Amino acid sequence: MLVVENLQLKLNGNSIINGLDLHVGKGEIHGILGENGTGKTTIANLIMGTNNYRPTGGRIIFEGEDISRLSVSQRAKRGITLAWQEPARVEGLTVRDYLSLSAKNGQIEQYLLMVGMEPAQYMDRDIDDTLSGGERKRIEMASVLAMHPKLAILDEPDSGIDIVALPLLLNGIIEMNRQGSSVLLITHSERVTEVAHRVSILCAGKIISSGAPLETSQWFKNNCLTCPHINEPAH
Amino acid sequence: MIRYSVEEEYKGMIDAYQKAGGDESVLKSKDTAKLVVHENRVLANDGIKGLKIDTEETDSGVRVNFTVEKGTKVARPVHLCFGLLPKEGLQEIIMKVDAQDNSEVSVVAHCIFPNAVKVIHKMDADINIGANAKFDYKETHYHGEGGGIEVIPKAKVRVEKGGVWQSTFALSQGLVGKLDYDFEVFCQEKAVAELVVKVYGRGSDDIKILEKIHLDGRGARGMAKSRLVLSDKARAEVRGETYGNAPYARGHVDCMELVNGTEAVAVAIPIVSVTYDTAKVTHEAAIGSIDRKQVETLMARGLDENEAVDVIVRGILK
Repeated sequence: MLVVENLQLKLNGNSIINGLDLHVGKGEIHGILGENGTGKTTIANLIMGTNNYRPTGGRIIFEGEDISRLSVSQRAKRGITLAWQEPARVEGLTVRDYLSLSAKNGQIEQYLLMVGMEPAQYMDRDIDDTLSGGERKRIEMASVLAMHPKLAILDEPDSGIDIVALPLLLNGIIEMNRQGSSVLLITHSERVTEVAHRVSILCAGKIISSGAPLETSQWFKNNCLTCPHINEPAH
Repeated sequence: MIRYSVEEEYKGMIDAYQKAGGDESVLKSKDTAKLVVHENRVLANDGIKGLKIDTEETDSGVRVNFTVEKGTKVARPVHLCFGLLPKEGLQEIIMKVDAQDNSEVSVVAHCIFPNAVKVIHKMDADINIGANAKFDYKETHYHGEGGGIEVIPKAKVRVEKGGVWQSTFALSQGLVGKLDYDFEVFCQEKAVAELVVKVYGRGSDDIKILEKIHLDGRGARGMAKSRLVLSDKARAEVRGETYGNAPYARGHVDCMELVNGTEAVAVAIPIVSVTYDTAKVTHEAAIGSIDRKQVETLMARGLDENEAVDVIVRGILK
């Protein structure tokens, strides 16, 4: 479904992404595990086309089409969406309005329930500063669920989520996948990658290892978390 | 100038009101107090028990005496409908409001100018909110796309002990034209004033906003809030002034102006002042472009960029 070939990004002369190759199959939950500063959010931006990021090299192929130069809207209309690490807040836009933008049918309440939120309590609230970071994250996830995307990019979906809500969120990812979405799960947490079918480890803007979640997470623990050369994969 | 019959004027006003999203059934309800004025002619005037609306037609508009009697709690919002259907004209509303002690009322004013090419709409209001009375006033304007209109709403509001004045002025449908908004509120002990202005300026709209609150009584509270979005060559200057002149007065000025494009101009001038060490008045003013992340968030759900900007603007001005 998604094939990323030799992807490169240079910003102000610095190489941020260095020949990254990635393949996400149809129906797959693919985890990308990496320490801070390895380029995780940059990959999300490059695939979604957000933040004015355009590759300086390589290709992003979605369902056989090179989408590298398409706008965010065009990519979304082809079935890709992104849940931000820190979702935007929009004064005057209610949760109902926001979910309705995504929903292909009118039954939006169910998506809040899927992430453990009571519709009557949240539907008419604005997605502004009156919501906590964790509430905003769960609403972001509900919005992605409502969209039924072909590919959902979830950037650090667990950040700001408490331990009570985390299982709900992980169940939301599984449910999203069960409903037909492929998921690119970007995280620094091995706990989150437990729901993935395959995991790749990112270092210095490059995939350095891929495999089954348990083995790859163990490799990450043994090698990356103790590595004195973070983001220097040559070591 | 084309003259209309009273029936034609009323029908024209109601049609324009409905096109702007209004609900005609509200104006037909016998339980709802209302006043409909076209140019300088009073087309409908219905008070209810405890609420009197006296009018006098003048050469250029209407004098209105609006009285809510002591202790009266008006259950349904009162609807005021002012407008001018011809392309040219002047409408001056001189309003005197007396919300007596312990009364409560909510007033919704619709100001309709769908065809304006050279129109002036002025309101000069003298408003008194009695002790422990509560007055909620929402004024919404519906303009056409011509932009040939000058809107000059001015009000002096006195809020007595424990009284509450809340007002919202909204102009986001059609071109603003020229707007010179000037509301000044004087709050006595434990009185509350909340002024909110929401305007969407486009074309060559010229907007001036002055929200001024005097917190003159102990424990008085006030907030002057403004939300403006400016596109094209629109210009706006917003002055939010709050004066804490009494012990334990609390005030806040909150101004946000978003500029969409490179030619619109936004200016914010907050003034806060206190003359007691226990008084506190704060302000925040933000001027900037529409947040790119907000736009991209909506684009990532499938909206085009213009649709995303529109959703954000409507949210801010809601």
